[in-house]
Amino acid sequence: MTTFRLNGRDVTVDVPDDTPLLWVIRDEVGLTGTKFGCGIGMCGACTIHIGGRATRSCVTPVSAAEGADITTIEGIDPEGNHPVQQAWREIQVPQCGYCQSGQIMQAVSLLKDYPSPTDEEIDAVMAGSLCRCMTYIRIREAIKKAAANARGDASNG
Amino acid sequence: MIKRIAAAIVGIGVAGGVGFLAYAWYPAIAPVAPPPPSTFTAAQIERGRVLAAGGYCAECHTRTDGVRGVELAGDYKMDTPFGAIFSSNITPDPETGIGHWSEAAFKRAMRKGISRDGTQLFPAFPFDHFTHMTDEDIDAVYAFLMTRQPVHSVKRDNTVGFPFNIRLEQAGWKLLFLHEGPLKNNPKQDAEWNRGAYLAEGLSHCSACHTPRNLMGAEKAGAPYDGAPVDNWIAPPLNDHNPTPVVWTEDEYFKYLRFGSAPLHGSAAGPMSPVVHGGLSEMPESDVHAIAHYLAEIDHASTRVSQDPKALAWAMKASMKDLVGPQVNPNAKLYAGACAACHANAGPQPVEGRPDLALNNALWLDEPTNLFQVILRGIGTTEGISTVSMPSFYHSFSDADLARLATYLRATRTTLPPWNDLEKKAADVRKTLPTPPVASSH
Repeated sequence: MTTFRLNGRDVTVDVPDDTPLLWVIRDEVGLTGTKFGCGIGMCGACTIHIGGRATRSCVTPVSAAEGADITTIEGIDPEGNHPVQQAWREIQVPQCGYCQSGQIMQAVSLLKDYPSPTDEEIDAVMAGSLCRCMTYIRIREAIKKAAANARGDASNG
Repeated sequence: MIKRIAAAIVGIGVAGGVGFLAYAWYPAIAPVAPPPPSTFTAAQIERGRVLAAGGYCAECHTRTDGVRGVELAGDYKMDTPFGAIFSSNITPDPETGIGHWSEAAFKRAMRKGISRDGTQLFPAFPFDHFTHMTDEDIDAVYAFLMTRQPVHSVKRDNTVGFPFNIRLEQAGWKLLFLHEGPLKNNPKQDAEWNRGAYLAEGLSHCSACHTPRNLMGAEKAGAPYDGAPVDNWIAPPLNDHNPTPVVWTEDEYFKYLRFGSAPLHGSAAGPMSPVVHGGLSEMPESDVHAIAHYLAEIDHASTRVSQDPKALAWAMKASMKDLVGPQVNPNAKLYAGACAACHANAGPQPVEGRPDLALNNALWLDEPTNLFQVILRGIGTTEGISTVSMPSFYHSFSDADLARLATYLRATRTTLPPWNDLEKKAADVRKTLPTPPVASSH
């Protein structure tokens, strides 16, 4: 039995300790916004937050999340209006969209550490989140837009 | 010391002789009826609970291999160079535990390493440290243990082979290596240092893991806190031989021992996890401060700390190496893809919760053991910082990948000579994991 908080709700699951957390979130709890990509923690599609920090859920055993406070893409804002999500829509970042929930979760975490990230900081932190549609340029722009919005910069006149 | 060695040689030489036997022989202490809980005060039991946590009694007296045993019921398997030793049941079960032990028998075991029936105990039980505890503290631990639920549990037999299985030899060992009795107060040091020394050298027995042992299994007197292998990990040096670029200061030690993570050194993982989260977490904050204070004196932090700003600046520059712009080095790409999202740091110092590898103890040790352990196992919420997790890369990386990653990090995030034979060492560490920490996602 493993117990944790998921998007503000207590969850207890009875699965083997070595079950990937991603499977628990998708199959046991039924939240499918978090995606399966490579299954070895090398692409970022399964990124969630554990204790507020971006974590690859496909290689995290559920036992390692005992007592943790977990947030998925469904939990960062009840209306889907987190500043990063807003920026993503404004810039129209996604193409196929598959990797985007992981990208957004990583970006939210990045902005917590580096509220006004440079290109170098964005590259360093986002390099582990792959996008086969090559939306990288728009991802970088959206991250800067979200940062600017959070700072309250007047960006639209 | 010379006198002791001479005495031991004489002692061993005439092992059959009356003198040594007289020295080595201890009578059994008569069994007593298990004392009822009313024997002890609630305050004494509570004090004992905290002390038992700070001495990690349950860590070595609870079975962990194969099945999880009942706490304190013994049968923990300890691998030593002499064979496996299985710990005793220290619940007050009369038949299989210490139910018939009087307070005097318990105290003799803690101070001299003699069982109630008079047999010599192996120093796998760190009586060479507990001997330094005060009477009051030993009595409190006794009160705590004797008020636990008795558990009927027989331990497995030790596999210590001849001649080391002759218990009488332990008397010679003690002649050489046991410094019996409470620690003397050091008047040159302040009260906090003395409290820290009492805890670190006595109750919490830090050097039991962090000091290398000699051929007779005793801590090397000439190499205190030099670091040593333990349970397939490395217990790093706690003296100024610790190679990390930034010094382990009192503040770093305190954060590590209290919260499971030192921002400029890394997280408590492996065998240090229960020390921090199962043991010291029960101790008053002032005691953890005292240990930190004492350890920072051992590594001469105050005389070395002036180099830290330079070392930190170097590490922060190293942290961003190869992460900007396109990369062709496949090892750098491996790092950028798997690790940098959580470990890269820009700016003058690491962001909290973003452990920097250029500062990390594991990368600066003589062997890659701890680095491989952490990459393969990950770090769960019961370890390190208790609110966050590091995934397990057990299925992500082959041994060759681990070797490439370690080679790359050692070359770019430290100033030390390369590690060698890495693929084999990675395989060796992998073998120490009984099962993969995480099921394959595929």
